[in-house]
Amino acid sequence: MTVFHRHPRLRLAALLSAPLLWLVVAYLGALAVLLVSAFWTVNGFTGEVVREFTLANFRTIVTEEVYRNVALRSLGVAASVTVICAVLALPMAFFMAKVASPRSRHWLVIAILTPLWASYLVKAYAWRVLLANDGPIDWLFLGHGPGYGLTATIIVLSYLWLPYMILPIYAGLERMPTSLLEASGDLGARPGRTFRTVVLPLIVPSLFAGSIFTFSLSLGDYITVQIVGGKTQLLGNLVYANIGAANNLPFAAAIATIPVLVMVIYLVAVRRSGALEEL
Amino acid sequence: MSDAAIKLIGLKKSFGAVEAVAGIDLEIADGEFFSMLGPSGSGKTTVLRMIAGFELPTAGRVELSGRDVTRLAPFERDVNTVFQDYALFPHLSVIENVEYGLKVRKVPRRQRRERAEEALASVRLDGFGQRRPREMSGGQRQRVALARALVNRPKVLLLDEPLGALDLKLREQMQVELKQIQRDVGITFVFVTHDQDEALTMSDRVAVFDDGRVAQVGTPEEVYERPGTPFVAGFVGTSNLLTGEAARSVFGRDGAYAVRPEKLTLEVDGEAGVPGTVAEVIYAGPVTRFVVDLDAGARMTVVEQNRRTGTAALGEMRGKRVRLTWHEEHVISVKENADAA
Repeated sequence: MTVFHRHPRLRLAALLSAPLLWLVVAYLGALAVLLVSAFWTVNGFTGEVVREFTLANFRTIVTEEVYRNVALRSLGVAASVTVICAVLALPMAFFMAKVASPRSRHWLVIAILTPLWASYLVKAYAWRVLLANDGPIDWLFLGHGPGYGLTATIIVLSYLWLPYMILPIYAGLERMPTSLLEASGDLGARPGRTFRTVVLPLIVPSLFAGSIFTFSLSLGDYITVQIVGGKTQLLGNLVYANIGAANNLPFAAAIATIPVLVMVIYLVAVRRSGALEEL
Repeated sequence: MSDAAIKLIGLKKSFGAVEAVAGIDLEIADGEFFSMLGPSGSGKTTVLRMIAGFELPTAGRVELSGRDVTRLAPFERDVNTVFQDYALFPHLSVIENVEYGLKVRKVPRRQRRERAEEALASVRLDGFGQRRPREMSGGQRQRVALARALVNRPKVLLLDEPLGALDLKLREQMQVELKQIQRDVGITFVFVTHDQDEALTMSDRVAVFDDGRVAQVGTPEEVYERPGTPFVAGFVGTSNLLTGEAARSVFGRDGAYAVRPEKLTLEVDGEAGVPGTVAEVIYAGPVTRFVVDLDAGARMTVVEQNRRTGTAALGEMRGKRVRLTWHEEHVISVKENADAA
């Protein structure tokens, strides 16, 4: 292998050629096809794709109220899921990183990770049973459970993505020296104040890192909403419906660019906080 | 001794099955520079953390100026701490770090700034207020941590090995500065260190910790010249400890005896003194250490100032027959197994 030793460029090429090929062809290629086809249309008569540049799809999305509503609803769901996950994950991660003994910490991390090993579909259907009419949750709330619909969708998505929020915050808190908390208390701050003025500012990047997961995963989801969402429509459903029943691939592509665009804007916005270094 | 600033009564702390602090009684006077000296794991830091309120004692009491604070949280105690890792808030500027305690106590903005600037000036860091902690050197961060604690004008300042991370030159310089600052502000300093030079240089009194207990409390001179136990004799400075057969043969009586290396004199020719052979010669700049195996069966270290000696002559000393002499008053009788008593 002295050839590689003498030619560092060759070494680099051998290392990176496979992943680079994958990245360019499979990953960026698919994204490019999505973007390009979003500007095509379908011949309403024959159902064939017309490969001519037009803004018609985007015009429809912006002008038709249905699509605007679905887009806003999807954003709302993603934002709610992110906030719920953050509120649940903060105390949980804090307990794991700063309160629990090193031994139980180990088990807690495993407990957080195990749900990720179970199938997504199984978990979603489990919630369908929980949320069913006269099901356990209905019984718990004396017949006033949320039932299937928007609320159920938000609950189940929060459940599914919670680990993705806990883990980065846990990692951030574990990196933070405990002496900072002690110093704050030593200087006269009560725990609540220490949390606001020391802990929170220092884990904002981790919080954003977690939110990138919860937000993007919620924004693209279409299975959970089908299982527990009742009649609720999200962007994912629209894409799915246009690929399948409506057979309008260009329009599906146009809708699919919305979450991509939203995520790009979101990433640019949180980049300054240092969140991307936390991923 | 005036009214005690800190009083520890029967203080104990266990972590699970491990007893870190095994019952400590101490009184630290107002305005005193008090050091807690001991090897790592001897319980000195745990005692400091119990005074600060970070650890709850398993048994015993902590009193600050006569008030029982054993069960109070850190934010309810009139003490401030300089942490070993400084614990500066990385997201705040230097001046915001120093202001933190005043802000928490709702000191008005302008007064706060003034006092923080003053505190920074007192540690010779004026003009550094707008920097971030990460933009400063270790010694500077250490001084910020000091300013951040002192600005609150606590009754007691606790320092947990604050000079441990600094290099030798800076450490010696900070030792002098700390002592000066303590004299200027006049508040009680409790200083935790494992470095005996540091403890001897700065303190009014030193408590030597051994395995969760205080082995001896006294002025640096008392602790060094008249160590109470073999452990203290060995830990504070180097000692030549003679026990059993060797002690009987050298001193003609039973017991445990310690002689400091610098009190011994090496005689190459002469009749007086205890005979032995030079086993090792270690040149250390200002001094040379001679390791001598006594015929009586003990190993002694002798330290001599390098006033005349050259290195060439020193090399020839190895293997030579010598005699050791000392003054009887420099022989310290230490009682053995003091802990068992």
